Amino acid sequence: MATRAIDFAALNDGEPPHLAAARAQAYATPLETLDLLDTDLWTGDTHWPWFERLRDESPIHYHAGGGFGPYWSVTRYADIMAVDTDHVRFSSDAHLGGITAKDMDADFILPMFIAMDPPKHDVQRKAVSPIVSPGNLAFLEQLIRERAQAIFDNLPVGETFDWVDRVSIELTTQMLATLFDFPWEDRRLLTYWSDKATADETVPGNPTKQEREAIMLECLVYFTKLWNERVNAPEPGNDLVSMLAHNPATRNMIPMEYLGNLILLIVGGNDTTRNSITGGLQFMMANPSEWAKLKANPALVDSAVSEIIRYQTPLAHMRRTALTDVEMGGKTIRKGDRVVMWYVSGNRDERAIPEPNRFWIDRPRVRQHLSFGFGIHRCVGNRLAELQLKIVWQEILKRYPEGIEIMGPPTRVASAFVKGYSSLPVRIPA
Amino acid sequence: MARITYIAADGAARTIDVDDGVSLMEAAVANGVPGIDGDCGGNCACATCHVHVAPEWLAAAGARSEMEAAMLEFADGVTADSRLACQIAASPALDGMVVRTPASQH
Repeated sequence: MATRAIDFAALNDGEPPHLAAARAQAYATPLETLDLLDTDLWTGDTHWPWFERLRDESPIHYHAGGGFGPYWSVTRYADIMAVDTDHVRFSSDAHLGGITAKDMDADFILPMFIAMDPPKHDVQRKAVSPIVSPGNLAFLEQLIRERAQAIFDNLPVGETFDWVDRVSIELTTQMLATLFDFPWEDRRLLTYWSDKATADETVPGNPTKQEREAIMLECLVYFTKLWNERVNAPEPGNDLVSMLAHNPATRNMIPMEYLGNLILLIVGGNDTTRNSITGGLQFMMANPSEWAKLKANPALVDSAVSEIIRYQTPLAHMRRTALTDVEMGGKTIRKGDRVVMWYVSGNRDERAIPEPNRFWIDRPRVRQHLSFGFGIHRCVGNRLAELQLKIVWQEILKRYPEGIEIMGPPTRVASAFVKGYSSLPVRIPA
Repeated sequence: MARITYIAADGAARTIDVDDGVSLMEAAVANGVPGIDGDCGGNCACATCHVHVAPEWLAAAGARSEMEAAMLEFADGVTADSRLACQIAASPALDGMVVRTPASQH
């Protein structure tokens, strides 16, 4: 067992058995053999002790092996901040591999503004950012509330159902359909494309590379129809497709770039909030004293939402590619190397966040978490995400003072990128 | 030290004594000035401490860095007098400075 500055044995007192076993394994295994992209760590939720160990022993860590090629792991909050804010030396460019640990396929590059560097990134991002302007958010708030109410009104009472499908997916997909002005009855296609776009082809049951690309092209065909309907409208609509079709920075995009930006907006506007809605319910119900605090003081909802987003960290990492040699933490990252910023680890870094493993809805500096990223690629939709979560919790507070019962463990997504859930059985007490 | 006046979107003014070297964002957050979030803790990395500097104080406040300019690209309602409050440190030269804060930081 390595020497530790912090007494984790005490800190993690009462942790679930699967984590105790994972901790024993993590500290008995050489770091050289660790591959954080191994999906077993994510489906089993056993990555935590590995990150603790990396933060302590090797905060800038080189993984020589791994299924997707060698990469650096950056695991401390301050180091992640340093990389994320240094877009001059750390590129997001799709053609260098993009923003996930796994390189974008060289024969199926999807340019999208999150995977671009300035100046092109800036103008494309600005083309869509009006969708989350303060004025539009104020307009969306009422709509989100009405829909959330309708979703909750239709939930069964006294019987077990899947929270992910009935609440998390439904609410975020309805939102996304509105932002795209997408045909309402087809809206679950957005969920489907979102899930397939990020599905790891090495995981059994997921589409192969060819199958995934075919699904992505179906998405492009569908959205091309919407583009063609809207591009010549005399008055541009207030939806994302119209914004892309009418903005000088995006109206001449090649089809793959249109598809890339669509996938970005679909995944960014769907998977992330969905998984924070599901995670938040588990955290709140597993921490009755925090739930009691929120019920006693509903004004804590904003703070609780930030804490949920930190605690969930719906995207486990973002990746950059070094454009030059960079010295960090006594190591030399070489030009061309993959650099993975593990937000999920930085958000539990005891050097930056007091009692990081505690779900604490009114913690100090609650907004200072890494889940949205920092720097020029910071999540463009962060306020919309917060708004959706806030409304979900306000409606839960109104309706379910007894809480919602968690009937079993969630099924976790097999991905080191999307940190999420495919199901969570729950029951509303009769 | 500098006396800094923050004028909220609704016109309410609040004057705070800010110690030298402390940023206008830190002082605002520590004193509960509305309309300043400071999500990144002063790293010029989130653009949630956007303020409008009164014209007569713009020169004294200094120039935007490259990173600050990049982050301001994505703030709402940016004008020529826009700055990020985390990038302005109090000093005697700023005593009496006036900044306006937006209704919210989006």
